[in-house]
Amino acid sequence: MGLGMQSSLRPGAVIGVAVYVAVLFVLVPWAIAASGRTDLYYTLTSVALLSIASAGVWLTFFIGRINIGQGAFSLAGGYVSAILVARAGLSFWLALPLAGLFCAAVSVLVGLPILRLRGVYFAMVTLVLTEVARLLALALPITNGAKGMVSLPLPGGVKLLGVTLIPDFATLATPNRAFYFLSVALMSLCFAAMYRLVHSRIGRLCRSLQQNEELASSIGVNIASLRVLAYSISSFFGGVGGAIFVAVSQSIYPSSFTVNDSVNFMLNCFLGGLGYVFGPMLGTLVLYFGWDLLFQTGRFQLLIFSSILIALMLALPNGLLSLRPFGWRRG
Amino acid sequence: MAANATPDRRSMEQVIANGLYLGAQYALVALGLTLIFALMNVLNFAHGQMYVLGGFITYWVYGRLGLPFVVALAASAVTLAAVGAAVEVLLFRTVIRRSVREESTMLLAAGIAYFLDAVILLLFGEKQRGVPKIVMGVFDWDNLIMPYDRILVGGLAVVFIVAFMLFMQYSRPGRAMRALAQDRVAAQLMGVQVDRYSMIGFALGALLAGVVGGLLAAITGVNSGIGGPISIKAFLMVMIGGAGVVGGAIAGGFVLGMLESVGLTVLHSYGDITYLVIFAGLMVFLSIRPQGLMGKPWG
Repeated sequence: MGLGMQSSLRPGAVIGVAVYVAVLFVLVPWAIAASGRTDLYYTLTSVALLSIASAGVWLTFFIGRINIGQGAFSLAGGYVSAILVARAGLSFWLALPLAGLFCAAVSVLVGLPILRLRGVYFAMVTLVLTEVARLLALALPITNGAKGMVSLPLPGGVKLLGVTLIPDFATLATPNRAFYFLSVALMSLCFAAMYRLVHSRIGRLCRSLQQNEELASSIGVNIASLRVLAYSISSFFGGVGGAIFVAVSQSIYPSSFTVNDSVNFMLNCFLGGLGYVFGPMLGTLVLYFGWDLLFQTGRFQLLIFSSILIALMLALPNGLLSLRPFGWRRG
Repeated sequence: MAANATPDRRSMEQVIANGLYLGAQYALVALGLTLIFALMNVLNFAHGQMYVLGGFITYWVYGRLGLPFVVALAASAVTLAAVGAAVEVLLFRTVIRRSVREESTMLLAAGIAYFLDAVILLLFGEKQRGVPKIVMGVFDWDNLIMPYDRILVGGLAVVFIVAFMLFMQYSRPGRAMRALAQDRVAAQLMGVQVDRYSMIGFALGALLAGVVGGLLAAITGVNSGIGGPISIKAFLMVMIGGAGVVGGAIAGGFVLGMLESVGLTVLHSYGDITYLVIFAGLMVFLSIRPQGLMGKPWG
C-alpha cells in the first residue's frame, strides 16, 4: 500500500492505491446513498479529520517522542481559523492553511526548548501543553472565553476566471457530503506526504533519531533542526484537522479539544501500530467506530470500550497492523 | 484540591499554611507516581483515577457505613494496594514482556485509566460526595485561620511521607526497590526478585494514591471527574522535582502546593490564571533544567 510516485512502484502498491481511492471516493458515497445513512458522512468526516491529527502524532513518534499534546494544536488551529473567518472575514480556504502555518510556527517556538526533553518528560510536557491551550482559550479576550465561538459561517465558494472550483458550502443540499470529500481528500494528501517523507532521506535520518540521537548527531545529522521540522509538520497536521473540524461543527469551545483528545490521538497511533505509516488511519477508524458501536450499551459503554482496549493491548501490544494483513511490509 | 482560604483574610501566614497543607497532599500523590515510574519505567496515567477510587472508598466506609475514619482510610489503602498489585501482575507484566517499544505501556495505562473511570462512574455515580467532618472546630490565631480537620489531614500526610521514606530507606523491601530503581539488571543479578518487588512497588504506589484520596475526601469531598486533573497535577510535580526520585517528588509536591497557594492570592484579581502562569514558568524552567530539580538527566 504505497502512495509514492516513484518509478519503482510495485504493482501491489498501484492496486492498493486504486482500491483505496475507489473505496473512499466511489464505494462509500455510493453505499451511503443506497442505504440512506447520510449521518455516516459526519462520522467518516470525523474519522478522517482525527486521523490527520493522529498522523501528526505518529510523526513525532517517528522521531522517538511521545506526543500527548496534539489537542493543543487542534484547538489552536480551530481557534485561528474561527477567528480569521468570523472576525477578519477571511475566506475559509485561506484561513485553513493559515491555521496550519500558525500551529507550525508556534510549535517551532515551543519545540525548540521542549524537544530537548525525552521519554516521559516530553510526554508529560506535551500533556501539560494541552491544558495550557485550554486555559489560554479561556483566558484570552479574543476567544470569547468559556462561551466559545458559535454560528460560524460555512466555507464559501472559490471561483477562478468564472469557473467554480469549489462551490459555496452554504448553497449545497448536503454540506456534509462536501465536508466528507474535503476531509478524505486532505487525509489522503497528508498520508501520501507522510509516506513520502518517511521514505525519503529525511525519513531515514528521523529513523536514526528514534534509535540513537547521540550517534546520529556524531555522524553529522543536525538533530535539533530535524526534530523541530518533524514537530512542526506534526503540529501543522493537528492545526489543519482542528480547523476543518471547527468548520464542520460551525462552533468551537475551549473544551472542543481536551486532554482526552490528546490521549486518544496517541491511542490511535498505538492501536494502529507505531511501525506503520497507515497505522494512525486504521487506529482512528477502529477506535472511533468501536466507540460509536458501543453506544447502544448505554452506561456500560466506557467499561466495555476500555476492557476491549486493555484486552487488545494484551493480545497485540504492537498494534493492529502487527498482524500483517495481506503480508504488508513493515513501514 | 483547591486552596480554600477566605479571600478577605489572606495574610502571609495564611498563604504559607495553605501552601504547606496542599504541598503535603500533593507530595504524597507524586510519591506514588514517581515510585511506579522508577521501578517499572511506566507513566501511570491511571494515578488520578486510583486517587478518586480511594476517595470513594473512604466516602463509602466512613460516610455511608459510619465506621471510624481510620478504618475507612485503611480500607482505601488495602483496596488500592490490591488493585495496584493486580494491575501489575495481570496487565503490565504481560505487556512489558511482549511489546517491542516500551511506550506501549502508556496505552495500557490510559486504557486502565478509562476502565477505572468507568468502574467509578458505575459504582458511585457522578455526584460530588462529601463526608461528615472528622474533627470539628477551627484553629484561629492572629492572622491564621485553619480548620482542625485540615491540620489533622496535613499532619497525617506528613506522617505518611516520613513513614514511606523510612520504609524505603531501612526495610528490606525498600532496599530491594531502591536497588531495582537504580539498575534493574544488576539488582536481578544480586538476587532481588524482580517480579515480586515490581508488584510490591506498584501496590505501594497505588496505595499512596488511595490514601491521599481518602484523606482529601474528608476535606473537600470527592467526585468522579477529578481523576484526570489530579493526574496532570501529579505529572507537573514529577516534572518539577525530577522523575523517579523520592526527594524530587516531595520537593515538587511542596513547590506546586506553595505556587498554587501564592498564585491564588497574588493573581486573584487577574482572574483564573494561576495554572497558566505555573505552566508558563514550568516551560521556562524545563528549558533550563530538563531533568527537574533532582532528576537524573534523561531519567
